[in-house]
Amino acid sequence: MLQFILSALRAAIPAGTPLLFGTLGEVYTERSGVLNLGVEGLMIMGSVTAFGVAFTTGNVWLAVALAALAGGLLALVHAFVTITLKVNQVVSGLAITMIGLGVSGIMGRQYIGQPLGVRFAPLEIPVLSDLPILGSLLFQFDPLVYISMLLAPALWFVLYRTRWGLSLRSVGENPATADTLGVNIVVVRYLAVFFGGLLAGVGGAYLSVVYAPSWIEGMTAGAGWIVIALTIFAMWDPLRALLGAYLFGGVRVLQYRLQPLGISPNLLAMLPFIFTILVLMASAGEAMKRRIGAPAALMQPYSREDK
Amino acid sequence: MRGIPTLEVEKRLTSPRWLQFLAPFISLILALMAIGVIFQALGVDPLFAYGKIFQGAFGSMYGLSETVVKSIPLMLSGVGLSLAFRARFWNIGAEGQLLVGATCATGLALAYPDWPKFVLIPMMFIVGFLGGALWGLIPALLKARWRVNEVITSLMMVYIASNLVNHLVYGPWKGPEEMGFPYTSKFSASAQLPRLAWTRIHYPTLVLALLLAVVIYLLIARTKWGYEIRVTGENPAAARYAGMSYLKTVVLVMILSGGLAGLAGVGEVAGIHLRLRYPGGISPGYGFTAIIVAWLARLNPLGAVLTSFLLGGLLVGGDAIQISLGLPSATIFAFNGTILLFVLGGDLFTRYRIRVKRRTTN
Repeated sequence: MLQFILSALRAAIPAGTPLLFGTLGEVYTERSGVLNLGVEGLMIMGSVTAFGVAFTTGNVWLAVALAALAGGLLALVHAFVTITLKVNQVVSGLAITMIGLGVSGIMGRQYIGQPLGVRFAPLEIPVLSDLPILGSLLFQFDPLVYISMLLAPALWFVLYRTRWGLSLRSVGENPATADTLGVNIVVVRYLAVFFGGLLAGVGGAYLSVVYAPSWIEGMTAGAGWIVIALTIFAMWDPLRALLGAYLFGGVRVLQYRLQPLGISPNLLAMLPFIFTILVLMASAGEAMKRRIGAPAALMQPYSREDK
Repeated sequence: MRGIPTLEVEKRLTSPRWLQFLAPFISLILALMAIGVIFQALGVDPLFAYGKIFQGAFGSMYGLSETVVKSIPLMLSGVGLSLAFRARFWNIGAEGQLLVGATCATGLALAYPDWPKFVLIPMMFIVGFLGGALWGLIPALLKARWRVNEVITSLMMVYIASNLVNHLVYGPWKGPEEMGFPYTSKFSASAQLPRLAWTRIHYPTLVLALLLAVVIYLLIARTKWGYEIRVTGENPAAARYAGMSYLKTVVLVMILSGGLAGLAGVGEVAGIHLRLRYPGGISPGYGFTAIIVAWLARLNPLGAVLTSFLLGGLLVGGDAIQISLGLPSATIFAFNGTILLFVLGGDLFTRYRIRVKRRTTN
């Protein structure tokens, strides 16, 4: 039993890592007042780019870097459409998802069924990795897991303890005031959306290069949408995103670990989605009680004349 | 002092009617050009691809009839979505509502194969409507009671519906004579919709769709309740102040929106497949494409009749290039997304104008 719990916990971390990258990015994007529902599209562009680059060059780091760029570039389309053209953010995000799913399908058509020869080597940390239980539980992952683990507190620090973070939060909460204080709303929002795209791209890369090294059409399978829900669950806080991502990673693991018990795999596949709805309900209740919620200017385009 | 030239977007005071009418078409053409560029970049000859699409969808009687076939579910779902979007309720889950409608109708068809046709078929449409409505009601209630984001919940309900269908066709409902395919048994004759001559056009569903487009149009344009929907969408604060119940509006809107998508599902199983199949076999994303049908029609249910035909053609043409160019089925999503983006952008030009300004720095 202990063995089962330990191995499930250990598996939850890599399963949650793509979600963590995506959520950290979306937290920053939404903090600037822009809702990007296109995460699913950004992630899958990251997946296909990373697989393609790793497959042809054999360089996994280059694969992750270019996947980030692919996610970032597609996110810039969303930025242009919603920030400059002031188009409805919900519908633009949907369009971004569709474009990502479609373009990745065309790009990846020659990679279907191809095995990937290269991997990230697990990072062995002297002493810590050799600890009896904790060693295998916490210290034998690939480098991207540690990067995401460190990124969460780092992004928390930037958001709450630096001038940049203050600017970002003010743009999302009260753009008119931020504007009078000399913050360039447009630049901050563009950067935040681009940054969100970079991280979503890395999340997608993690799926196709590390978690399930292969290219399958539509392989994100709703992960991008879970990211949107996680962002709400995290109350737009990078540290809570860490918790939420591993929680969902755990649900995904449970989905596979319960199969031998004879429950239909299709019913088990509903678990993450049902869990998402439940979590959203719980978050909504908590948000009402504690009177915290989405950034006040979320989904509102900004223009000076309207004020 | 001369500053840097910047793009400035400013509101138009008036919007000419010709512009409102033309904007979606210009957007569509620009979108197709943009997709051409993407195709070129990915090594697909765009002119060849477009030739194939047009020929496939409109170039033959068979192609045309298939375009009509695919426009039926798009029309039903699209009309329903235009109603939901008017209330600014972001129902992204028409795909799931369609699948549940198909599932409910199938359940009835398999349970009572001996009922006479004139009873069974209407009953299938009714349970299909109710199934879709129920699926749409869940996000509506969650939103109205607890302010849970409906975009995510309605979409999560798609994944749940899709897994439900998979569970049924791979498990309890799997037809013993279907040679191991994830299908239910074929419907009895009294559960099958009649078709037009040599085509697959199941005309009862088509007539129903056209009729409902008119009904929903009148409902939005001519009734007090339609007025409340529009006010709720355009100015929720004013709606609240005027004593309109958000819960009531959203619940009724989603019963209709989900129900219409459910009807689309009934048409697919009773008119085309004559059985329930795995989700991708029932719908190549009709519920998602219907979002564009509604938006391209500027959320006008009568316009949705026209745009569903257009996007139906694109689906048929999409099938044609998949075969001739070896493109994956997801290709159609690239089309849909780009068109949606350009239609949105085009809409902007009817409300705003863009000017290059030299902003003087102070």
